Amino acid sequence: MQLLKAMSQLLKPESKEVAPQPNGGTRVSYVTPLANIVETSDGYVLEAEMPGVPKDGLEITVENGELTILGHRAPVDSKGTTLHRESRAQDYRRVFEIDVSIDTAHVTAKIDNGVLTLHLPKADAVKPRRIAVTD
Amino acid sequence: MSLIRYQFPQLQSWPSFDRLASLRDELDRMFDFAQPTRDSGLFSGWTPALDVHDEKDNFLVKIELPGLKKEDIAITLDKGVLTVSGERKQEREAKEGETFRSERFFGRFQRSVTLPAAVDAAKVTAAYKDGILTIDLPKAEEAKPKQIAVSVS
Repeated sequence: MQLLKAMSQLLKPESKEVAPQPNGGTRVSYVTPLANIVETSDGYVLEAEMPGVPKDGLEITVENGELTILGHRAPVDSKGTTLHRESRAQDYRRVFEIDVSIDTAHVTAKIDNGVLTLHLPKADAVKPRRIAVTD
Repeated sequence: MSLIRYQFPQLQSWPSFDRLASLRDELDRMFDFAQPTRDSGLFSGWTPALDVHDEKDNFLVKIELPGLKKEDIAITLDKGVLTVSGERKQEREAKEGETFRSERFFGRFQRSVTLPAAVDAAKVTAAYKDGILTIDLPKAEEAKPKQIAVSVS
């Protein structure tokens, strides 16, 4: 029943961001951004859709082999009444497991028109290399 | 060849309770996607989320359109129906490497909304910022709420 309740809560477009939990804690819900990941010759490119997130609303962390992207939406600036709503109020969050071959020190990120693009370069150690044979 | 440590079959571990707990999270995640309407039909395509706000003197229509170019968005207003259409083009061709995940939609979309009151078509403005298109539609003079003073004789 708990699960069912949680599900219907999630399906409500105006569901609260913070739902009280039976153990007394709170549970913050997030929206999972849609993502594309492609491999290029020198790394991986990750694109995630986060409409409504300004540049300073992003938090990207790499920890314990996991890449976490968190996007805080800019607050809604409309003072009037809402007649129809399909967008979600929650912030965006998604966690990706990252391969050990990724050089986490050189990850770059940019956000352009609501699309976050991350470049995850491969470490030099795993790039294909020709080994010369010595006599 | 894979290098997986051999485990004695008799020592197979019991499924941990952690796994059951994570089922709930898995199910939760299914409903957390930004566009739940996306997979509702076979040819549903892309239905960007649309919000309509009623401010006293104008309507504010917001549509989530991440990753478009300003030139690729078309807005028309005809007989009180606002239509936003456009196309998201895939910039990079799948020329190299492997695709690990492909969830984003590329192609055409169209959304229409019937406005609840008359608007002044000449004064409509639109702005595109952070992947959200905001259309400001000032209400026509006759549709604006008016305060009527009651005179006591």
